Order: sequence, then structure tokens, then C-alpha cells
Amino acid sequence: MSERVVVAMSGGVDSSVAAALLVEQGFDVIGVTLRLVGDSSRCCSLDDAEDARRVAERLGIRFYVADYSDAFRREVMEPFADAYLAGRTPIPCVGCNQRFKFRHLLERSRALGAAAVATGHYARIERDPASGALALLRGSDPRKDQSYFLFDLRPEQLAQIRFPVGALAKHEVRERARALGLATADKPESQELCFVPDGNTAAAVERLRPGRAPGAGEVVDEAGRVVGRHAGIHRFTVGQRRGLAIALGERVYVKAIDATHNRVTVAPGSALGARGARLGGVSWVAGAAPGAPLRATVRVRHRHAGAKASVEALTSARARVLFDEPVAAVTPGQAAVFYDGDAVLGGGWIEEALP
Amino acid sequence: MRIYLDHNATTPVRDEVVEAVLRVLRDVWGNPSSAHAEGAAARAEIERARERVAALVAARPGEVVFTGGATESNNLAIFGVARAAGVSGHHLVTSAAEHPSVEAPLAALEAEGFGVTRVPVDADGLLDPDAVAAALTPETSLVSILWANNETGVVQPVARIAERVRARGVPLHVDATQAVGKIAVRLDEVPADLLSASAHKFNGPKGVGFLVVRGERALMPWLRGGSQERGRRGGTHNVPGIAGLGVAAELAHRERDERAARCASLRDALWSGIEAKVPRVRRNGAAAPVLPNTLCVEFRDTAGDVLLEALDGEGVAVSAGAACASGSVHPSRTLLAMGRTPAEARASLRFSVGHGVGEAEIERVLALLPDLVARVRSLGDAR
Repeated sequence: MSERVVVAMSGGVDSSVAAALLVEQGFDVIGVTLRLVGDSSRCCSLDDAEDARRVAERLGIRFYVADYSDAFRREVMEPFADAYLAGRTPIPCVGCNQRFKFRHLLERSRALGAAAVATGHYARIERDPASGALALLRGSDPRKDQSYFLFDLRPEQLAQIRFPVGALAKHEVRERARALGLATADKPESQELCFVPDGNTAAAVERLRPGRAPGAGEVVDEAGRVVGRHAGIHRFTVGQRRGLAIALGERVYVKAIDATHNRVTVAPGSALGARGARLGGVSWVAGAAPGAPLRATVRVRHRHAGAKASVEALTSARARVLFDEPVAAVTPGQAAVFYDGDAVLGGGWIEEALP
Repeated sequence: MRIYLDHNATTPVRDEVVEAVLRVLRDVWGNPSSAHAEGAAARAEIERARERVAALVAARPGEVVFTGGATESNNLAIFGVARAAGVSGHHLVTSAAEHPSVEAPLAALEAEGFGVTRVPVDADGLLDPDAVAAALTPETSLVSILWANNETGVVQPVARIAERVRARGVPLHVDATQAVGKIAVRLDEVPADLLSASAHKFNGPKGVGFLVVRGERALMPWLRGGSQERGRRGGTHNVPGIAGLGVAAELAHRERDERAARCASLRDALWSGIEAKVPRVRRNGAAAPVLPNTLCVEFRDTAGDVLLEALDGEGVAVSAGAACASGSVHPSRTLLAMGRTPAEARASLRFSVGHGVGEAEIERVLALLPDLVARVRSLGDAR
């Protein structure tokens, strides 16, 4: 009997092709759509599940919809809102991947007799010929690479994960989908955040934690002088300019958000650079923290090419990053992910930018 | 070979029914509303089916209204009576463990300003007839009760409920969708005023059902624009479907006791086997009268939907909770109404036997279940 793999099918083109490739490779494939966002009047998640079902029918594979909406709200959406209320800028996708795709779904897959879970992520897992260890690599398409969102995968998880489209370019994925006649071939790219389809994160925070947003407060400059008012700290992220109704004679950006005093600090662009960052919740792809500081390219947000830096593990879960040159908008709540070339070494959550 | 233990979801269509549907589809294509011979031939099929359905539930043929299925029948009964009652009937009574095709119309009326009282069920899913009677007010225009629950199979004391409700002069609608074909559903024994059912739950075709409306009750039609079904359900009849329903009704009528005995023996064998071989299980509705074909079991500390998928992979079809449009599963409202926690409700599976299931199939399922339950149980449920 061929090896059984469960594919997380979002209803998008990438996971559709991931499933198709595994079928071609002779795996016994089961498609599962995770229903993460609960009942909404628009019900777009159900439409996506229907798209995934059509693809599964076309491929002739078993298909199920698994409802995790209560847990998703508890473990992803509410912490997302709480992070904004604490003055951070969260990336819920990392926790969603870790908990829902590579923990809950992986466990579920074992009950179905499957040895692995596959997704449509643009990332690669390869075995290092020298050490025999599994390496997590960037996706081959630099514009689609999603390795940043996968930095906290553990070695034992990597052994049970497949990324079938990770070595393909997006246009190749679409071509495969068209050639196979998949209904999702020309489906537009999905939203950044599946549970904020309109992109209005401030409104989402207010909806998730009604009455908890602290409301208006002071905008101060680096010297602590009050230079204006803001309409709520959850409307801001570090490096942001939009929404600051301030005339200081020069362009200013959010430099820091202080939830305790409900205060936003602004500074000119030249003052936004950070020399480093303190990280918590650090995870290493190799499993254990390195004994000595190491050189790495560090990305401090998804759309960041990366900066040369030294990374020093302080404890198993804490680290300090020191950049060779200052990096702008190092934002608490975002991840700092360490790379050696294409390989993800690990990463952690930015707790504080070091001046 | 697949083993189908989901006969409360739908049933395989009996050969006799398939033959009737095909014969009428091919040979009796006239419009039953036409005055000519072709119309008369189609009309004769419908009237024969009407007599068979009437015989099955001990009603008069003229009281049977053909519909597109039980959801339509339930909507027609509830909206039809509530709308016809006018301002004096702005209150309705139901139970806390109804099928969505009753609950949703009632919720819609509630949103319009009607009052709706949902009488709770006990830990076994049973209604107290006195509690139903106590919920009645002078404004109550309808009581709607699920005769037998689709998820647990629990059979309500409908005769005693009917007695109490009728004594107060309030009409009673029973949703007998799961009961028809499985137990005796006779309006001479249970004097309900309206009764819904669907052909595909008793080996008939999908998309056809009926509502029995006793006497000359005022009923606001739902589909207008045709005089069919005495103006209560407009639209050209689904003649092949109705003919199939008629044959399924006749088979159900003739075979009822034998079917019930056979299903009960299979169901009981399944439960004894589960109880003996699988630790930490409990039967939902254990102390209540239950449909002879239905077994709803909580496999403690498992995710029912994962168990369903694992069984599906082994060729066994069962049901967990109530399936929604996407195929995903939510904790059953019925089990929550019985006081189960969401985790307990999610840990429950429904086995429902019927035509085509034998002892060999039950043995095969009993051979599979202990390992599958252990595997799923070891994973827990993060939800």
C-alpha cells in the first residue's frame, strides 16, 4: 500500500497543486480543509472549502472539512487582538501554521493512518547530506518564499511535513493547475490575513475585544514632548506614517508604542534605525540553541530582504540580535528569522528593539 | 465493499421504487393537471401514491399534501399555520432539540416578533408532556415537536403530548421524518394535526415528501401560482418522485414490524459489542425509548469527526454530530440540549442501520472499532 499523506487544502491554487503533485507521485492522498474562521454572513471560507472539494473530486481523493473555528479564535484571533492592545504588531500566520497545520492537523492525520502532512507553502525541506539532519529552506521562488512564517518548526515536525510546491515558481504552479484543469488555477492570491478580509485590522481588534481598546492618547516626540493625539494605539505599527495628523515640519514615523501610557512615540526617518533586538520564544530548526554566537542574515518582517547580523543565544528560548548596520522599523510582535543562505536556522519574537 | 451505517442521513433506494420511478418517468409523462388522457394517467399515479401514504400514517388521502421533502413540509406547516392564525396566534411552542428545518423557521418568526417557547429535554433527550402543556398560552397557534430525533433516535411521548395539546385546542405538528418507516406512525393513535415526512428516509427517492394536514385546517401556502394540492402547494407535480414515494410507503407499511425487529437486533448486537470491546463509552438516550435502528454513542475523549474519517477510510459510513453544508461537523444541538458538554457532544457517533445491513457488517465494524477508537483517543482533541 502506498504511503498516505494528508494535504491541507485551503481552496487556493498552491495547495491544490500540492495535492495534485502528491497524487502524481503515487501517494495515497487525503485532502482536508481546515475551517478556521467561524460562521460569517459572507461565508467566504465555505466557498473556499467548496473550491477545495472540487479539486479533490477532480483528483479522485478523499476529502474532509475539519472545523477548528473555536480553537482558532481562542489560539490565534484573540491573541492577535491582545498583541495590538499591548502595543505589538503580531503575525498570526506563524502560530496558525505551527498549531493548526503542523500540530492539530498532523495529529489528526495520524488517526487517519497518514505519515505526513503537506501544505502549499513555498518552502523546502531537504536532508543535509553531510549531517543527515533535515534543513528548512526558502522556497525557490524568491517572490513567493514563505519560510519566514515557518521558522518555529521543530526537527520532529520537519520529518512529517511535505512542501510539494516549494521548489516551483508561482507561474509554474499556475501552469500545472491549468494543465490539470483544476478549478482554482486562476484564483486570485489570498488576503494577507484570512480573518481580516477587508484589511482593517483596527476594526478587527475592536470586534474581537469589544470595549478593550484604550482609545485616544498622546503622540510624543523622542524628547517626550506632546506633539499630537492618536485615536488608539492598536491603529499603529512601528514605521507607520499614515494616521499621524501631526505637522512638525519634517516627516515623522511611529518609532515606539507604549501600551502602559497609551502613548505613541514618533521620530524622523533618520532616527528609526535599531542596532539590534531582544528576542523571546526563540526556536532553532536544529532543535537546540548553538553554543556560540553565529553570523546570519536576519529578516525582521516578511517583506524584509534581511540584514547581516550576529545572533547570540542567551538561553534556550531567548536571544539577542546585533545588526552590522542599523535596521529600520524593528517592530515588537514581529519575528526575527535567521538565515544562512537559503537555510532557516531559527528565529524568535521581537520583544524590544535595541537603540 | 462499503458498510453503510448512516440510514438516518439517507437510505438506499429499493429496487421496487427505482422501477416505479423509471416506469413513470418514461411512460407516464403527462401533466396531472391536464384534462386529457395523458393528464389522467399521471393523476392516477399521484392519487395511488396518496392512498398509499395515507394508509401508511392512517390518514385520509385528501389530507396528504405532496412536497419537495421534509424541510419544505416543516416550513409549510410552521409558516402556513402561523400566518393563517393572524394576530391572535403570535406564540409557538417547540422543543430545545429540534431539527434545523423546524428551528430555523421558528427563529425567523421570532425575529418577526412572534414568541417562541422552547421546552427543554431531560438528560435522555425526552420531553415532559406536562411541560409542553404548561408552555401553552391563549395566543399559542402551533406546537411543533420532533417525533423521533435524527441524532439520538429518541422517540418522544407524542401520544401524551398530543392529548395534552389538543385538550387545550392548540394544533400539533409532528416532524415524523425519522419515525416513518421505522416505528408505527399512525394518526389514529397519535392525534396530531400536521405531520411531516420525507421519502428518502425510508428507501424512497430524494426531493419528495409530504405534509399531512388533518381536517380543513387553514394553511397559508408557501408556493403560490398553481392550484395543485388544493392550492396548498403550487407547481407541477414531481410525478415520478411521488410514484416512488408511494411504493416506498407501501413497502414500509407492509414490512414495518419485520424491519423494526431486524434493525433492533443488529443495533443491539452493535451496542453489546461496543460496550464489551471499547472502554469508556456511553449510550446517548440510554433510558429513553429509541428508534430500533439508531445507536448514538459517546466515545469519551475522542473527536467524533476524526473517528468518522478514520472509519470512512476503512469503508464504514457513520455520522458525527449534524453535518453542515460544507461537510464539517459542529457539536450537536440535541446533545447540548441534553446537557452534554461541547467536548462530549463532539465525541459522539451515530450508527443507523437499515436495508442491506446484516450481521457480517456489524461484526466487521466491531472488529475495526477498538483499534480506531484507541488511535483517535490517543490524540485527544485540541478543540
